[in-house]
Amino acid sequence: MLTFTLRRLLLAIPTLLLISLVIFLLVDLAPGSPASEIPLTVPPDVRAKILESLGVNEPLHVRYLLWLKQFFWVEPLNGIDAIFGTNYAEGMQRIISYQSRSPVFAQIGERIPQTLTVIGTAYLVGVLIALPIGIYSAYRQYSLFDQAGTMFAMIGFSVPTFFTGTLFIIIFAVWLGWFPTKYDTTLEVTDWDSFLKQLRQMAMPVMVLGLANAAAISRYMRSSMLENMNQDYVRTARAKGMPERTVVLKHVLRNSLIPVVTVIALGIPSIFGGAIITENLFGVNGIGSQLIQAIHGNDLPTVQTLAFIFAILIVTFNLIADILYGMLDPRIRYD
Amino acid sequence: MGAATVLALAPAAFAERGADGNVNVLYWQAPSILNPYLSSGTKDVEAASLIVEGLAGFNEKGEVFPRLAESVPTVENGGITADLTQITWKLKPGLLWSDGTPVTSADAKFTWEYCTHPEGGCAQAARYVGIKSIDTPDDLTIVITFDGPKPNPYQAFVGGTSPILQAAQFANCLGAAASTCTEQNFKPIGTGPFVVTDFKVNDVVTLAANPNYRDPAKPAFATMTLKGGGDAAAAARAVLETGEFDYAWNTQINPEQQAQMAAGGKGVLLNGFGTLVERIEINVTDPSPDLPEGERSTPKHPHPFLTDLNVRKALSMAIDRQILVDIGYGSAGRPTCNLVPAPEMFASDNTGCLAQDMEGAKALLESSGWVDSDGDGIREKDGKPLKILYQTSTNPVRQDFQAVIKDWWTELGVDVELKNIDASVFFGGDAGSPDTFQKFYADVQMFANNFDGTDPEPYLAQYLCSKIPGPENQWQGENINRFCDPAYDAMVAELATTADMTKRSELAKKMNDMLTKDTFSSLPLVDRGRLSAASNTLGGVVLNTWDTELWNAQDWFRVK
Repeated sequence: MLTFTLRRLLLAIPTLLLISLVIFLLVDLAPGSPASEIPLTVPPDVRAKILESLGVNEPLHVRYLLWLKQFFWVEPLNGIDAIFGTNYAEGMQRIISYQSRSPVFAQIGERIPQTLTVIGTAYLVGVLIALPIGIYSAYRQYSLFDQAGTMFAMIGFSVPTFFTGTLFIIIFAVWLGWFPTKYDTTLEVTDWDSFLKQLRQMAMPVMVLGLANAAAISRYMRSSMLENMNQDYVRTARAKGMPERTVVLKHVLRNSLIPVVTVIALGIPSIFGGAIITENLFGVNGIGSQLIQAIHGNDLPTVQTLAFIFAILIVTFNLIADILYGMLDPRIRYD
Repeated sequence: MGAATVLALAPAAFAERGADGNVNVLYWQAPSILNPYLSSGTKDVEAASLIVEGLAGFNEKGEVFPRLAESVPTVENGGITADLTQITWKLKPGLLWSDGTPVTSADAKFTWEYCTHPEGGCAQAARYVGIKSIDTPDDLTIVITFDGPKPNPYQAFVGGTSPILQAAQFANCLGAAASTCTEQNFKPIGTGPFVVTDFKVNDVVTLAANPNYRDPAKPAFATMTLKGGGDAAAAARAVLETGEFDYAWNTQINPEQQAQMAAGGKGVLLNGFGTLVERIEINVTDPSPDLPEGERSTPKHPHPFLTDLNVRKALSMAIDRQILVDIGYGSAGRPTCNLVPAPEMFASDNTGCLAQDMEGAKALLESSGWVDSDGDGIREKDGKPLKILYQTSTNPVRQDFQAVIKDWWTELGVDVELKNIDASVFFGGDAGSPDTFQKFYADVQMFANNFDGTDPEPYLAQYLCSKIPGPENQWQGENINRFCDPAYDAMVAELATTADMTKRSELAKKMNDMLTKDTFSSLPLVDRGRLSAASNTLGGVVLNTWDTELWNAQDWFRVK
């Protein structure tokens, strides 16, 4: 297992380098220019100077190598400085956003808390709803509950979040006036009142995303359970006279969870990636909305950096899922 | 009389700084930076205008009024020399920065040096063009000397795009160092009604009343939250329907939604008109793909049929501008025939294009020899059919406009092909892309343009022959439709040296008419106003289209 992990880690280095190159080129060569953000009232010579000061006129390979150096050397050093109060990175040029002229990583640091609280909670809520629905649907296949669960999942799958989001806003904010439509990122939870306020402002985005997440996971859970329900070992367990509860929740569930845990682990990077549409709709302003704002503003350094961070997360969680799989299922050995 | 004055002044006298609590403002495009010299984005300039100010600003009528200056210098009061080469500003005595240090003329001089530094990439450099030197004979006097007569000297330090920065704070941020000064760019020290307490990039700005603001009774609000994100419809909803926010900027929504949301009853939509005009520019050069690269859309090859005045005129006559307003903008737009629709003194009385005249347009083409001789519904002359490629940027309203205008032109007997290009490419100015609006590889194209402030001179000067985009200037010129007339060039030169306001306005009107009703080089369609939403509980809001929308936030108060 250890050699497998080490081998996979080593293999991840060239993979990530290749991904970084592809991302850089894709973003850079895509049509569009930061100049389109400058109003037409700005004369051409001023426009040219602005672009020059952003550094967009450097040759492609110079910008790529500089960005690699900043990403793998300057930014980690800055991180160390921030944690230990040292000053290794002093005077080094960090990755600077075109829009705000400030370090991209500082903005990410500002936005990660919102994303983790809202999207993370939504994911957790989604999982907590999905597992019982999936288990019971499979246990009572084709029952009324199963049909209802299927319908719930289909709605979650097929109705896009921008629709459910707007619907929820109109029902819960405009008509009922229960929840705010805009998330207040400056709110600090210090006492009971502010905690309630935080719950109220999280309610709608969490519901919208939770619904979408639960839909997918409940289907995985259901099909995985169904696959195991008819296995020989289940019949054996029942034949031994075990109570139904133990059969389903111990034997079947444990075995069915193996693929589901992998699916859940693979979905975790999407928490960090944020939810572009939902974040924008509710003004959560996490990583997802940072990405979309950067794309709209042709802020290449931010787009490249965020896309690459997502790539790293996906590679990492793939690895984690593989290792988890091996740990949960003793039949699987990688060595 | 005396009693009336006392009564009128009473609310002001009892007002107290910070008495009205918090005010919530929503900018659906969130501010990215609070230094307007490093961003030309409206959202950034307007957010920054709460914190930093210039010597003067523009009011809702487009008039210059003093902010940090004691009064506005004019030739009459001796503040501007008779030869128009020098302007002298006097600061109000006793002004303090929000950190408590005095504001001096040296700060203004520093700001000029900051923005004109060759490596700084200053976004507002155009405001400082033509300044030879700035002298500071004493702490309160700023003498700006121009390198020639400057009929419109209210550029440097006037309006939200040209505020004064504190020299002490930005001393180490000159030139290439400008973008390393994150702390300064996010929390500038200013003289405005508010100071930044916290700034989250592209998300939220938290502000508090400036303790050193020059009027001790203002601002009435102790704090302000300026939130960003979402879209125009959600922003309008947050003010008009849920009442969570007091003010939302640029709530451009379609006429149907405008009526629906205003019915929410929690606020009102405010609209005002500036100089933004949606127009169709006509290419008088040949964009044909058969021409070699580098010669397409250049004056080397005149357009096969758009060089005919009657064709251009007929295209304009076939358009019903009121319908365009109704489908696209509602109360936030009005039909116009002018490229310079405002300020009033510069706006021509040209209204000839407002009524659609389809039959007249057909007759005009008929009489000038453009007839449908082969019965395919498309007119031709000398074997040249009227086939038009009509491009614009991708945007729902523009695509609606394209569709209805195509219908009218098809009825006229013109074959129209539509094309839309992503805005980031269309306006991106990349000399390597064939799809920029400067390259204009199409017969006609639609976009909107306006001018900064109240003086149309630089805007009208865009149509100089020398500003035609082409391979020799990396396609960076501003004369998009390739209009070229020595008589027009002469008027541009005349305007640059004319100081008399009446003469300037006559000249500007003449130039506007030359581009529109005389030659139909440009077909103005809609004068696009600003549309913002304000809560019923927010008092003192005056929508200003000549400066930033938050220009008078110091006068806002809570209606009780």
